[in-house]
Amino acid sequence: MAVKIEKLRLRPYPFGPGMKLIWVLGAFGLAVAVYRWFVGLGPTTNLTDGRGWGIWISFDMMSGIGLAAGAFTVAAVVYIFNLEKFHGIVRPSILTGFISYILAAFTLLVDLGQPQRIWHLLIYHNIHSPLFEIGWCVMLYTTVLALEFSPVVFDALGMKAPVKILRAITIPLIIAGITLSTLHQSTLGTMLTILPYRIHPLWYSPLFPFYFFLTAVAAGMAMTVFESYHSARTYGYPFELKLVSSLTKYVPYVLGLYLVVRMTELFVTGNIRLLLANGAPAVLFIIEIIGGVLIPILFFADPKTRNDQDGITWAAFFTMGGLILNRMNASLIFMEGALYFPSLWELAVSIGLTCLGIIMYDAAVRILPILPETKKSRLVQDYKQL
Amino acid sequence: MPVSRRDFLKMAGLGLVGSGLPATPLKQIARNVTTDNAASMLYDATKCVGCRACQVACKQRSGLPAEPDAQGLYETPRDLSANTWTMIKLAKENSEISFVKNQCMHCLEPACVSVCPVVALEKLESGPVIYHPERCIGCRYCMAACPFGIPKSQWEENLPLIQKCDFCADRLAKGEAPACGEACPTGALIYGTRGEMLGKAHARLASDKNYIQDVYGESEVGGTSMLYIAGVGFDALGFPRLKDDPLTAITWPYMKAVPAVIAVMASLSTAIYFRTHRDKGKQNGEEASDGSKD
Repeated sequence: MAVKIEKLRLRPYPFGPGMKLIWVLGAFGLAVAVYRWFVGLGPTTNLTDGRGWGIWISFDMMSGIGLAAGAFTVAAVVYIFNLEKFHGIVRPSILTGFISYILAAFTLLVDLGQPQRIWHLLIYHNIHSPLFEIGWCVMLYTTVLALEFSPVVFDALGMKAPVKILRAITIPLIIAGITLSTLHQSTLGTMLTILPYRIHPLWYSPLFPFYFFLTAVAAGMAMTVFESYHSARTYGYPFELKLVSSLTKYVPYVLGLYLVVRMTELFVTGNIRLLLANGAPAVLFIIEIIGGVLIPILFFADPKTRNDQDGITWAAFFTMGGLILNRMNASLIFMEGALYFPSLWELAVSIGLTCLGIIMYDAAVRILPILPETKKSRLVQDYKQL
Repeated sequence: MPVSRRDFLKMAGLGLVGSGLPATPLKQIARNVTTDNAASMLYDATKCVGCRACQVACKQRSGLPAEPDAQGLYETPRDLSANTWTMIKLAKENSEISFVKNQCMHCLEPACVSVCPVVALEKLESGPVIYHPERCIGCRYCMAACPFGIPKSQWEENLPLIQKCDFCADRLAKGEAPACGEACPTGALIYGTRGEMLGKAHARLASDKNYIQDVYGESEVGGTSMLYIAGVGFDALGFPRLKDDPLTAITWPYMKAVPAVIAVMASLSTAIYFRTHRDKGKQNGEEASDGSKD
């Protein structure tokens, strides 16, 4: 029977085979993470002295945080640029961002050699270190996201006073979120600028901070398409085509600027000639630029594709894949070091944490008023059937 | 790496990406009184006989365990590791052979120190780059950032720390020579101030044309405390080709700009907010017809 406390929607949980698999993978990943804390990094990872960072840094941290940029982008569009029509995608975007940052912080605790000392960031300050800045920004921004997200919870519980206070500070919070995101999204790039001798010249750039920021903003906007696709597919909502297509029409400007600057840089430094050399770098560079930048620009720029449900979904997948491939190429595949392929344990944690993200998102959507309660929604229909 | 950062920064200066970032490259660090007086070592590969007395002395002083071979008979480290802070390697260039000693270079502008988020690595004015294990969070950024690949992690430990040569900072403080330098029987490894070592290195290069006419470490990545002269090329000895700009010169302009970014982004957002909310009623009317779904 459905229990309804205020606006909380406690309903029986439809437990399909897909969701069962996600729960199993999530639980396994979590168990491996705990196992890693007991035995250390040596027995669980393929990391060595010649390869100190692996898939947890490149995928879970670098890519995960990049994809979470949708939270601040959408918040800026709605609250700062006052484009109220996008209000409906604010809650899912902030939820996605919040979950992504929780997962990134958790990954960090799995990857750090001394996770119990993470709080040292609070007492030892090295303003020269990009990682110090990222650490602080992520801590502060996760707090901001928690505050931005909390009105949904208070509202659902029928608590009016906290909601009132939070509403009053919404705009300062949003501005803090934009500032902190600009900082750490770009600083993830700054982090790699100190490796000119290790990162392949097709990727290494002193302009990494600009590139990381621009691609994160583009991928963040693409994530809203993915969220809309997801709530349509999983929860039976109408696909918000008009909305996401109107938001993502800005993607070609952002990615276009990125493409022009990056290609200009390669021509100016002459490193473009490396494309003529055979081998993996040239191939992956071309895949990344065409698949992850050029195709998204063309798809999002073309009104026909953008206003087509399949077209815009594919465009979003290409954009997100482009960001992930870029971060993997720059910080792992073409970073000089010992030969490395993630161990099964490392893969289990990366996959498991992604599954935990899905579980958290799903639980939040089912329990809290994230998406509007409509009759067509499968959230309601599922309950009726049960 | 063949990217010419300087050229690219010039291009950036043309206004492609706007003014201010990245900042102009730092001037090549000039030798100054402080670095001339700091502790330094000169390794002359032509005088090294590969006896590994330095290696043994290092383990004795630091109390690090041996890394034995499979039979447990010989101490045979293959490379620097958490338990081996210095080692002698054999290098070949065509028919020429040469020994080379590896250990932390104790850069004058150390990348590891600049990237450590919790100040666990520190550059002492007296020369050594030392490690504060009680602060380390184990992020391994130092391992990634070091152009010489020196910091190593204790991979088999549950709570691993970083390990690397500390230039016998405790001995230096007492006025003693580093353990490895004291142990060297042939004078291949000598210890003194950086000014003295550079003087000796250049005197040797001038007196014997068989030396490669270059002092490795004099200017690489802003200069290092450990200086090398050799009879075979430094490439063959396994040293990376590095430019003279310190690596910190790339990141610092960005890090320095953090307060400016905060100021710009916060005020820009605020300005746009007030601009877009000036005529709120009118805009809401427009947007409503655009079809807001809830």
